[in-house]
Amino acid sequence: LPVSLPKVVLKIIKHYQEEGQGSEVVQGVLLGLVVDDRLEITNCFPFPQHTEDDADFDEVQYQMEMMRSLRHVNIDHLHVGWYQSTYYGSFVSRALLDSQFSYQHAIEESVVLIYDPIKTAQGSLSLKAYRLTPKLMEICKEKDFTPEGLKKANIGFEHMFEEVPIVIKNSHLISVLMWELEDKSTVADKHELLNLSSSNHLEKSLQLLMDRVDDMSQDIVKYNTYSRNLSKQQQQKHQYLQRRQQENAQRQSRGEPPLPEEDITKMFKPPQPPPRMDTLLIAGQINNYCQNVKEFTSQNLGKLFMAEALQGHN
Amino acid sequence: MNMCRPVDVAKWWQQENPAAQRRAPSSSSPSSSSSSVRLMEAVRCVASEQRRMLSSAQPLSTLPRLRRSSFPQQRGRSRHFLITATSTSGLQVALYVFTEAGELSSFSKMSVFGPVVKIHPVVLASICDSYERRNEGASRVIGTLLGTIDKHSIEVTNCFSVPHNESEDEVAVDMEFAKNMYELHKRVSPTEVIIGWYATGFDITEHSVLIHEYYSREASNPIHLTVDSALQSGKMNIRAYVSAQMGVPGKTVGVMFTPLSVKYVYYDTERIGVDLLQRTRVTPSRTKGLTSDLSQVAGSAARVQDMLTTVLAYIEDVLSGKVTADNSVGRFLMDLVNKVPTISAEDFENMLNSNINDLLMVTYLSNLTQAQIALNEKLVLL
Repeated sequence: LPVSLPKVVLKIIKHYQEEGQGSEVVQGVLLGLVVDDRLEITNCFPFPQHTEDDADFDEVQYQMEMMRSLRHVNIDHLHVGWYQSTYYGSFVSRALLDSQFSYQHAIEESVVLIYDPIKTAQGSLSLKAYRLTPKLMEICKEKDFTPEGLKKANIGFEHMFEEVPIVIKNSHLISVLMWELEDKSTVADKHELLNLSSSNHLEKSLQLLMDRVDDMSQDIVKYNTYSRNLSKQQQQKHQYLQRRQQENAQRQSRGEPPLPEEDITKMFKPPQPPPRMDTLLIAGQINNYCQNVKEFTSQNLGKLFMAEALQGHN
Repeated sequence: MNMCRPVDVAKWWQQENPAAQRRAPSSSSPSSSSSSVRLMEAVRCVASEQRRMLSSAQPLSTLPRLRRSSFPQQRGRSRHFLITATSTSGLQVALYVFTEAGELSSFSKMSVFGPVVKIHPVVLASICDSYERRNEGASRVIGTLLGTIDKHSIEVTNCFSVPHNESEDEVAVDMEFAKNMYELHKRVSPTEVIIGWYATGFDITEHSVLIHEYYSREASNPIHLTVDSALQSGKMNIRAYVSAQMGVPGKTVGVMFTPLSVKYVYYDTERIGVDLLQRTRVTPSRTKGLTSDLSQVAGSAARVQDMLTTVLAYIEDVLSGKVTADNSVGRFLMDLVNKVPTISAEDFENMLNSNINDLLMVTYLSNLTQAQIALNEKLVLL
């Protein structure tokens, strides 16, 4: 289970705040150490936004230089993962899967930290760490995304990612710093969490959910046509075989040589099964949205009841 | 306000130490060094006494060894000069300027010259972190500050540490490294510029002046931030300084570090992050998991409840006469009570019910969707 240090938390927040207002996601690399059974994340640095020209090369070089420089100042420079910001919880995508797979393939323990700025602005820091389950790792390795492959692995959308709990650990010096900040800074508004307005957030979440469900239904239609095609083909094959046998029987009764058994498989090419990976991803994403919405609504219900109590005394 | 100009100070200093007028920067003449050592002694006692005096808010009455008659003094506002002289070059003088303003009792509140420095907590966390990771034998860490400059304020938003070696006579800073890092950082956030540098440790030493000079080549009018991570005075003092030329032009020229006032600013989300970190102070193992769901709401409610109890206690005291009523507080309380909107019970019921219905419907819908995709999954795998 990962342990992160406050510097990382603050840096991620700052990076999103400064650079991520318009664009989709902001990304960066996590650095740290593996200690006993814990993964300690002690530093991070952000990636520049992708420019049009030569983004890949820039990235690798940038990373290398950063790590080299950090080594000079005794900062742990081992990759332990990466982080990404998300918009209303929509992060389950092919790109994420690929990146996380490549990281986890290289480094056993790596995690992806998902930072949700909108939820954080609502009052509580939303930072989650995910890893791919071993089953999913295997599938990605095989690159076998057909339904048979997935059935073999018996993997459902719930088993794609496993969430790892995060603990924030402060050193003594940071604790002193915290005391100092508490003294000196003005008491800001700490009560965004008790904000009652929910419709905006719910609207957006539901809209995203609907989009995904649409995608899902398209996918399902595709799968249905595929299975229908498959069964039709089976039927055709069966009919053909039967006709063949009948003809052969007739010919035999007439004394003619039987027609050769033709290669059935060449005649009836089985339709291509659609890859199931996307479906899995969409399902996972929908699941995520639903979870978020449920969390949100439960919180709001609590707040509403509190407001009722307040009115009651009036 | 009578200001004692730096020119006067320089002259006074020269009068006190005529031997130190020798301008040879390389060799340290014994007489100047002894006088400067004497002066440093004086400074040290005065500094400790200053702290004592300022903390107890007594008028200054004792100032050993510095001739106070040459300093004009005003009622309630007086200026104390503390001078430290370096032993290598008698010319470079760093001055601390403190101003006491009336009823101030804390050492860190000083009046402002020039822009306000706004610091983000991420910078301080990084500084503390790099202090903890310093090389063996290094007593302090330095690094570059990045940020943005406004007309009246300087906002420090990022920093990185720079390796440096410091010994008695010399200091070496890896400027190449600093430049590289700055380039890398610029690719991510192109709006940040070098605005100064930081050092851990309480005092401003002579090396600081040299380093400051390096940085003034990079940025115009750099600021210098000190973070007292060794906790010399029991607290972590975080101060910012700006350098200014002082002295008689043509003759003794020195550098004066004037303090600036430091404020902490946060983005909203940063504030929430810092709140979470604050809560780690309480647990003995200094760790904290991220809470979820209703427990967060419960936490917030508990905080509000605490505040309400404090307010209630205050009201009780006022009613029973223990504490004199303060009108401004009374006005705030009126505001507070009036903020709860008076809605007729029926209307409120309706609003509440419709909101609850909305939320329940959404919950139902999401549960339904989840069941649907689970079903779909199972069907496919058949």
